[in-house]
Amino acid sequence: MSTSRVVSSRPADVRRGRILRYTLDERLNHWFAALTYIYCLITGLSFWSPYLYWLAALVGGGPTARFWHPWFGLAFTVSVFLMYWMWDRDMRITEADRRWSKAMEHYIKNEDDQLPPEGRFNYGQKLFFWLMFYGIIVLLISGIGLWFVESIPWSLRWLRYLAVAIHVGAALATIGGFIIHVYMGTAMVRGGFTSIIRGEVSAAWARTHHRLWYEQVTKGTPSEK
Amino acid sequence: MSQATLAIRRISGHPGPAPGEDVERDELVCKLVDTTTCIGCKACEVACLEWNGYTFTDTVFDNSYQTMPETTWNYWNLIKFNEHEREDGSITLLMRKDQCMHCADPGCLAACPADGAIVQYTNGIVDFQQENCIGCGYCVSGCPFDIPKFNPETKKMFKCTLCVDRVSEGLEPACIKSCPTGCLHFGTKEDMKDLAETRAKQLRENYGIEKAGVYDPAGVNGTGVIYVLHDVTNPEAYGGLPKNPHVPWVVRFWKGPAKWIGNFAMLGGILGVTLHYLRFGPKEVDAEKGENGGQP
Repeated sequence: MSTSRVVSSRPADVRRGRILRYTLDERLNHWFAALTYIYCLITGLSFWSPYLYWLAALVGGGPTARFWHPWFGLAFTVSVFLMYWMWDRDMRITEADRRWSKAMEHYIKNEDDQLPPEGRFNYGQKLFFWLMFYGIIVLLISGIGLWFVESIPWSLRWLRYLAVAIHVGAALATIGGFIIHVYMGTAMVRGGFTSIIRGEVSAAWARTHHRLWYEQVTKGTPSEK
Repeated sequence: MSQATLAIRRISGHPGPAPGEDVERDELVCKLVDTTTCIGCKACEVACLEWNGYTFTDTVFDNSYQTMPETTWNYWNLIKFNEHEREDGSITLLMRKDQCMHCADPGCLAACPADGAIVQYTNGIVDFQQENCIGCGYCVSGCPFDIPKFNPETKKMFKCTLCVDRVSEGLEPACIKSCPTGCLHFGTKEDMKDLAETRAKQLRENYGIEKAGVYDPAGVNGTGVIYVLHDVTNPEAYGGLPKNPHVPWVVRFWKGPAKWIGNFAMLGGILGVTLHYLRFGPKEVDAEKGENGGQP
């Protein structure tokens, strides 16, 4: 993919077998998003069910949780928009993704040798990105409705009800994505977690999981055989 | 407002049974508002402020007798004035004392996520407990009468308490005590219902007001405030009293089936990834084979 914007590993790093996968800016933003999302998750779940209301105590109690939830939501929105700004071009669905998506079963079964090559992000990662991107837009709009519910006139009260339903539905959708994302990032795809902390992956990792991207970033760099 | 010494029948956001669940006290309390004898003097508005310790604040004049457009967090009792054209073309002023209706099936309580922020006593009074309120405003979405109001300073919700602090001491609510025409009555639900039906019958038979009747909406299992209306078929004319109020179905779904669907989906997700890990394990790129791309 010639459109990949940010990542260029120094030849020296490539020669010692390390490739820069995420820049410091990308890593910082990722963890800012993680922090703000998890805050909204904990507080949101405490409002979701009486059996989870105790979660609010972890962050200072119900009123405190209620006060900060929308502000952290706004911060998360900013973070996701930053991600969009950073990754928009890398996240577009390509022909390679369509080929890969047809073979996704092999990915799930860890039969990676039977998968077509992928770019910087694979189809699943892109789906997660767009889920969170559109998810936060929906959560933001419905969340503002919940935040200023009294400002919605009584004659338009169906908007009050719609805001509740949509906010809950969108939140559940992002939670589904979040569960899979955390599982894959920490337990399933080894090397992924360190890459979003230190930014680097091994050349072997890049070749295995993102071959097209690997070829692109190492073009012209003789590898040390 | 008051903890009082009352048994509690329902508790908002509570993970378990309420101590007084399914208990019907012999006597549900009830306010009866006879709109046909209300003169719009607003004594009840003043009494409400006075008893509950609030003062008048700036208001909006909108070419009517009405004190302000809606009740506010510190103004729980408002006479709604509505000019109404009779069938013969003449104009009349419909006046209705608006306040919390104290629904038997309270939508605010159903929507509330905070444990104990809204309770329903066994005498039927629905009361906000501000010390447990988190100010989320879900009760606003749950209420079919648009009653709960937010105090932006304390970030708590407020509404009429039906003077629970007076009632629990054997006194009648402040508004009732102040009414000069006797259009406000207070007593057991049964007695008030009786009185209201008698009055409606009187209006129909002796005054020729054929559509007179009692407003005690079944959609919320009846209310702790009931009205005698000149025209019970058109409650909307009385400042938007809903014809068939009920807890919004979205709130019902959200607090009922959606909770189960959502919880199972979330647990299913966690279980799914756990099973995946046990069955297929991690994707590891063998560093030893790094030279040929980690491929087998």
